[in-house]
Amino acid sequence: MTAIDYESKIPNNVDLSSDRRLQRALEHWLPQYIDWWKEMGPTDFNNNDVYLRTAVSVDSDGWAQFGYVKMPEYRWGIFLADREKDRKIGFGDHLGEDAWQQVPGEYRNWLRRIIVTQADTEPASVEQQRMLAHTAPSLYDMRNLFQVNVEEGRHLWAMVYLLQTYFGKDGREEAEELLERRSGNPDHPRILGTFNEPITSWLDFFCFTMFTDRDGKFQLLSLAESGFDPLARTCRFMLTEEAHHMFVGQTGVGRIIERATQIMNEHPKDDPRKHGVIDLPTIQKYINFWSSSSNDLYGGEVSSNSANFFGSSLKGRAWEQKNYTEHTGLDQMKEVTVWQDGKLVTEQVPLRNAMNEVLREDYIEDNQKGVNYWNKILDKAGIEDFRFRLPHRRFNRNIGSFAGLHFDIDGNPMSASEWEARKDEWLPSEADKAYVHSLMQKCVEPGKFANWIAPPPKGINDQPIDFEYVRL
Amino acid sequence: MTATETPAASLAHYDFHRRPEDFVHWQLDVDGPIATLRMNVQEDRGLHDHYRLKLNSYDLGVDIELAAAYQHLRFEHPEVRCVVLTGNLDRVFCAGANIVMLRTSPHAFKVNFCKYTNETRLYIEDASDHSGLKTLAALNGTASGGGYELALAADRILLVDDRNSAVSLPELPLLGVLPGTGGLTRVVDKRMVRRDLADVFCTIAEGIKGKRAAKWDLVDGVAPLSKWDDAVSEAAKELVAASETPTGAEGVRLEPVAPRFDEEGIHYDLVDVAIDGAARTAAITLQLPDDVGPKSAADARAQGSGWWFFKLFRELDDALLHLRLEYLDIGTITLRVVGDPAVVTAVDALLADAADDWFVREVRLFVKRVLKRVDLTARSVFAIADEGTAFAGTFLELALAADRIYLLNDPDQPVSMGVTAMNGGPFPMSNGLTRLQTRFLGDPSRVDEILGEAGVLDAERADELGLATVAPDGIDWEDDIRIALEERASFSPDALTGLEANLRFAGPETLETKIFGRLSAWQNWIFQRPNAVGKRGALQCYGTPNRPELDFTRT
Repeated sequence: MTAIDYESKIPNNVDLSSDRRLQRALEHWLPQYIDWWKEMGPTDFNNNDVYLRTAVSVDSDGWAQFGYVKMPEYRWGIFLADREKDRKIGFGDHLGEDAWQQVPGEYRNWLRRIIVTQADTEPASVEQQRMLAHTAPSLYDMRNLFQVNVEEGRHLWAMVYLLQTYFGKDGREEAEELLERRSGNPDHPRILGTFNEPITSWLDFFCFTMFTDRDGKFQLLSLAESGFDPLARTCRFMLTEEAHHMFVGQTGVGRIIERATQIMNEHPKDDPRKHGVIDLPTIQKYINFWSSSSNDLYGGEVSSNSANFFGSSLKGRAWEQKNYTEHTGLDQMKEVTVWQDGKLVTEQVPLRNAMNEVLREDYIEDNQKGVNYWNKILDKAGIEDFRFRLPHRRFNRNIGSFAGLHFDIDGNPMSASEWEARKDEWLPSEADKAYVHSLMQKCVEPGKFANWIAPPPKGINDQPIDFEYVRL
Repeated sequence: MTATETPAASLAHYDFHRRPEDFVHWQLDVDGPIATLRMNVQEDRGLHDHYRLKLNSYDLGVDIELAAAYQHLRFEHPEVRCVVLTGNLDRVFCAGANIVMLRTSPHAFKVNFCKYTNETRLYIEDASDHSGLKTLAALNGTASGGGYELALAADRILLVDDRNSAVSLPELPLLGVLPGTGGLTRVVDKRMVRRDLADVFCTIAEGIKGKRAAKWDLVDGVAPLSKWDDAVSEAAKELVAASETPTGAEGVRLEPVAPRFDEEGIHYDLVDVAIDGAARTAAITLQLPDDVGPKSAADARAQGSGWWFFKLFRELDDALLHLRLEYLDIGTITLRVVGDPAVVTAVDALLADAADDWFVREVRLFVKRVLKRVDLTARSVFAIADEGTAFAGTFLELALAADRIYLLNDPDQPVSMGVTAMNGGPFPMSNGLTRLQTRFLGDPSRVDEILGEAGVLDAERADELGLATVAPDGIDWEDDIRIALEERASFSPDALTGLEANLRFAGPETLETKIFGRLSAWQNWIFQRPNAVGKRGALQCYGTPNRPELDFTRT
């Protein structure tokens, strides 16, 4: 491959044009990435112009530039939030020391693991969602899907930048393996279970961006505190993009609810399904599935890794500096409920070992805000006999103390046979999924929306709702 | 096992004879010549309540079942040629020994735990070398620490290539200790991985994945998930084909050994252990029957685990394990074999003549293992050859395994010893030599001389041949024995353990001697050092909020 014009092709604020090592690494990786996108991205839309936001710098003018672009030609950039002068490490055993500008040898393997695990989720979601555009309920939604997709791709770039710049040959190999693992692939699946779940309906997609991308937000928040400064700065910039994904999820589910309430008010005696919308109990089941599956992403309630990562100043708490005054996490206990000897037991656990739970609690609290937003839509529509809720954190877990056990939606233990008998009350049944899938028909006339979803109140970047967000 | 306290603090008794249908942590399925042994550790059913066996991590209870599974296959399923050792968890094969268990165990228990697990791994290798029972480690997910060490005991290692699963020895970087189950030795000595690559491997906590693991010879092959079952089945069939042809024999059922415990000691049908708590000694007496019993391999097989010879060594094995793990302050063991030496020469003749019979072969291999267990027991062992004893043939090996042999040499109280073909090779020590060869390392001709004296020897002749350490007459006997035991009991137990381990294994080094002598010694030293077990030692800090603080002085 001959010289690439890096500055124009790859917007960045890491001085790529004079970084020979990074250039060489990217020369190798970039073609593989493009191949991956063409093969595993929204393949059938590679030649369409999409009205996308591109970041060309980290300042307020540069981070959100809009225009039509074909996705394989999207300018995936490398951006770190501005360097804070004389930044000190804000937590753990290295509290108060200068933030590391290079990887400390002592923590090299842990850091690489943390970065690879985070990075692996980014391309995974693109793969999970690759067929969705064929059933887009509108051009507006299709464009939002693609925006989320290209930004997940950029987040992969951000992580790959760290691997290639700071982790030598191993890092370059890990970067390549990020493109070799594939969501749901029987031979080399993605690392975390949730990212191997196929996303086959738009209700799944909105729930995913609401709940699973919100896990991403909290992981990024905790890594934004890292003593390894390049990681912290990378994550801080990624957070600005992640916010849009959750907006897509929260408002997407909200618009489905809004449409259901319109039908309910017009035909109060009818089953809403008769009118081709998704009934509220079914929406609740999808919420139950995706929020519980995403709860797993925080790991075990009591964890050696979490203590190691916090203690070694690699991964802090969300808003560590803003929300806490004590930053060592030592000599403090946290109450954690686990399952032991056939019953629920509340234990006092050293705080550092309970950091997964601390982050999960913050996450659940944040989820609740989204649920409150949905309930306001019900308030506004005058629906009084239904309110959305989050399932108990013990519900439907596959990782941690409650994995393999059965709990109802309120967290009460139950037997396997009771669970089998009742699980369809809480999780989408085959019939529910079949119904939801039956609604998934492409609706792509500018300004038109599928019957089961309400239009948004306004368009993207002040464009009208009937703007041609994707040129088909 | 019903223990709820740490082993040092209680006299709860382990059960070493659980049958596969009662296994808690393993699933054993036999299908023709292939058995599948699946690790399925139950988190909340460890031997103690203060740790949870997450991610297929193991404690002694898990390993006792593993050893029992191999013992079961060797005797009850002689048709099995290959064991597929795999795991029931998704993405994880086995995480090794449970760290919280190790951290909270007293030093003596840690050492005995590692010794037992090492003996089990070596028994797996012995089954491959001598019984044609091959093992395929089918690593369906990450194998770390002891999990990889277990795989290293197999004939072949297959690792799933899902771009995520790895093999690793993370003890040094994560815990500040060494892999304690032969891992380092087997990596360079058995698999012959290059030392510099091994060095890199042992310092990467997350280990080495797929293709590189194969390239570095850490595993024999990799296979993707979609082809995994086929690859495992094919590799198992290859191992079956490479193994000797099974005889089509029916197995024999192993009835559990049933020790009876009381204040006096541990009692079995043919073995008795009399504990003297004040003197800190245990007197083990093996009782030979009056009649040799089965005269042919078929008769012996018909009696199965009821055959006195087999039963006696199973009881002795059980007694040694209880002494090691439950009677920690008993420093000296005396051994007596009581009965008619003619019974021994007769049973040894059967062992020699019927060596080709699968059952007799297995019994011989089992006895070899029990004798090694005596060699490797960190207690002073004195053989007491007084009137009525019969240290002959196979049972002479017990005397030769002892640190000292006290032989009563008095015409009024005749004592018989004896030599048979069993002293000439079937029961090698860890160093690959027989006990006679090891004893007479400086004078190999003496070995031939003794083997040439096949038959029963009187005390005078036995002493002349160098088979006695001390041979007092009847007048001095009791006092000599008493003083020897009292003196022994007064020495530092740590120094004695070191002394005995150094003196017992003269001669060449083997993988086994390196594991027990070199690796274990270093490991036990590291286990005692503040950098591992001090308040801020790495092992002590692992899994706690505290990060280790190391003293960087090299010794």
